[in-house]
Amino acid sequence: MAVDRPPAISNRARSLALRRRVLLVIGWTLLAILVIVPLLWVLFLAPTTGKWATAFGSAVHDPKDFLITVLNGVTAAALYFVVASGFTLIFGLMRVVNMAHGALFLFGGYVALKLQRGMVGEGGSFGLTSAQVNLTHWIIPAIVGTVVVAAMGLAMQQVFLRWNQGQELRQALITIAISIILADQMLAHFGGVAEDIAWPRNIDTFVNLRVQGILYTETRLVILGIALAIGILLWLWLKRTRTGMVIRAGVDDRAMVSALGINIQLTFAIAFAVGSALAGLGGVIGGSFASLAPGLDANWLLYSLVVVIIGGMGSLGGAAIGSLLLGLTSNFSAAYLPSTYTYYSIIFTFMLVAIILAVRPLGLFGRPA
Amino acid sequence: MTRITPDRVVGIGALVLAVIAPFIVSSYWVGALLTQMLFLGIVAASLIFLSAYGGMISLAQVAVYGIAGFVVGNATTNGNTKGLNLGWNPWWGVIAGIAIAVGVGLLFGALASRSVGIYFLMITLTYSVIANLTFGQVTDVSGFGGISGIPAPGAIGRVEAHQNRLYYVALVAAFLVYLLLRYVARTPFGLTLQGVRDDPIRMASLGYNVNLHRTIAFGFASFVASIGGVLFVWWNGHIDPASIDLGATIDVLVIAVIGGLYRLEGAWVGALFFVIVNNYSQQISFIGPRFHTLIGAIFLLIVLVSPGGLVGLWERALELASGTHKEPSDRTPIEVGPVESHV
Repeated sequence: MAVDRPPAISNRARSLALRRRVLLVIGWTLLAILVIVPLLWVLFLAPTTGKWATAFGSAVHDPKDFLITVLNGVTAAALYFVVASGFTLIFGLMRVVNMAHGALFLFGGYVALKLQRGMVGEGGSFGLTSAQVNLTHWIIPAIVGTVVVAAMGLAMQQVFLRWNQGQELRQALITIAISIILADQMLAHFGGVAEDIAWPRNIDTFVNLRVQGILYTETRLVILGIALAIGILLWLWLKRTRTGMVIRAGVDDRAMVSALGINIQLTFAIAFAVGSALAGLGGVIGGSFASLAPGLDANWLLYSLVVVIIGGMGSLGGAAIGSLLLGLTSNFSAAYLPSTYTYYSIIFTFMLVAIILAVRPLGLFGRPA
Repeated sequence: MTRITPDRVVGIGALVLAVIAPFIVSSYWVGALLTQMLFLGIVAASLIFLSAYGGMISLAQVAVYGIAGFVVGNATTNGNTKGLNLGWNPWWGVIAGIAIAVGVGLLFGALASRSVGIYFLMITLTYSVIANLTFGQVTDVSGFGGISGIPAPGAIGRVEAHQNRLYYVALVAAFLVYLLLRYVARTPFGLTLQGVRDDPIRMASLGYNVNLHRTIAFGFASFVASIGGVLFVWWNGHIDPASIDLGATIDVLVIAVIGGLYRLEGAWVGALFFVIVNNYSQQISFIGPRFHTLIGAIFLLIVLVSPGGLVGLWERALELASGTHKEPSDRTPIEVGPVESHV
């Protein structure tokens, strides 16, 4: 009679288990060093003189600039979130990696820029200044830019992507082709010189935060406000409305939703339009906050990719966390690296991605497809 | 082995043409177009190798090629330009360039090896943009203006004076790369890699280390891409961040897709098509400088109509001529969806 016995553990299996444990310990130690050392550096160690001198010194030494760097990081994250939430919304529902997201961002910015110039005039050799621009001259271009890009994204989805649903790589290549054409046409029509959209004069000022006597740029706080509003609206839309419910169901099981008689194609179209609209709005804000120039589509595609790789594809909360990590990492590495090495800050973006991928290949909030 | 097939006739014909090309076409064609076709083809071949045998479409090949090129530039220039100006012998520069590029490639590969499909595409695109920005910002090794006056080894001499020499070096390199890639695909490693491409879960349960195979394949493809990068800096004498920007990354993807993502030969077919279109489209008045709109439209058309690229069209024509039909397992990687896990 057969007796149930625990299987004998071979020496090989035991040594494999041991090796695995050793590797885990090494991995976690490395991770701890990579997180703790930079934290200690920023909080206590960063000097202001000598070979390793930084611009501000440690947080204990100079709390004001530390707080400003935090605010800069958070407000940059706000803009990353606006752009990347659209990217992740489209991916989460349709498994479409929209490689044209950066090009749509730039196009939204250019539409708003040209409309603003059309409303107010060309301005001087550096374009318009905010003194010449009132609130309407910013909001109307912003809305038009957003809507035009939404329509463009929708058209792209209906013409090129709708009929090859499920062929993910082919769809990604199609969006790459569209981004090449779009970027080249934008270079032809809008030129190669960096230009920016003027903020309205009402908000282009400084606010006294009454903490450490910080005077902070109001437009950055406006961006933060817009991002928070978008985040809350998206959350309410996804969690509290019927369309949102269908989208969330579609993320989990597209075939089942379709089988229940729900028009999933309509939902796809809505999600693609909203996702593209966010790229367009991001372009308007980004064009006001920084500038618009050929090649920036690659940067903004990179930011969107990094945010969703960190946060996990298709997750709104992941996009928020990913944006925060990216914004803080890039701002802190630029401000707290020794002054002669600040241009190495881009390496830290790569390290952030590398660490997350090494620990969680699907991102912090990612789930297997 | 000695059966005469249309593929073989065309292949040998193309090789013979390539060898005698300097005697039948102008030196502009050899120096500007064909040499460029050869090294772009090498980079595209590394992409096609990963996609055809490993199921990984990598957008980091241009980043790796650029790393090799920048290392060669830093190591071999001697004053008068940006970068480290180490002034080494060009051959040491080649060894350092390839070694560092392969090292970075192994790191990239190890980090991306747990991802497949579009995730892999996205992660490698991230590498590519970060490499471009890094060389743009880090003025110690390059900065925005890049490195100029990179010398080719003495045996090749000044490239402008001896265009045929670099051409033949590139031709030999391309031919060896082609043979090497074909050979590796038939080794036990290559066969395992194809197993990993088709069913990673089954391969893992058979005891193969799936991630390690993907990582090594990526490192190997980095080796191939870095050869292309070395030839590029010899040919161009200059490298700057724009040589590896998103546009350049996509150019190589376009070459691979136009050629066909599942046959190594497609790399050079696509590269030839690309350099010819790039060169002659400028003379067409309504296109002029809008080359990228044209190539984007061609790319879009290929992806929509013939995912097998030009080589795919050729094979379809052969099928029609002989009346046979292709097995579904020969579908291109673009059409094959993600591997379902049967757990």
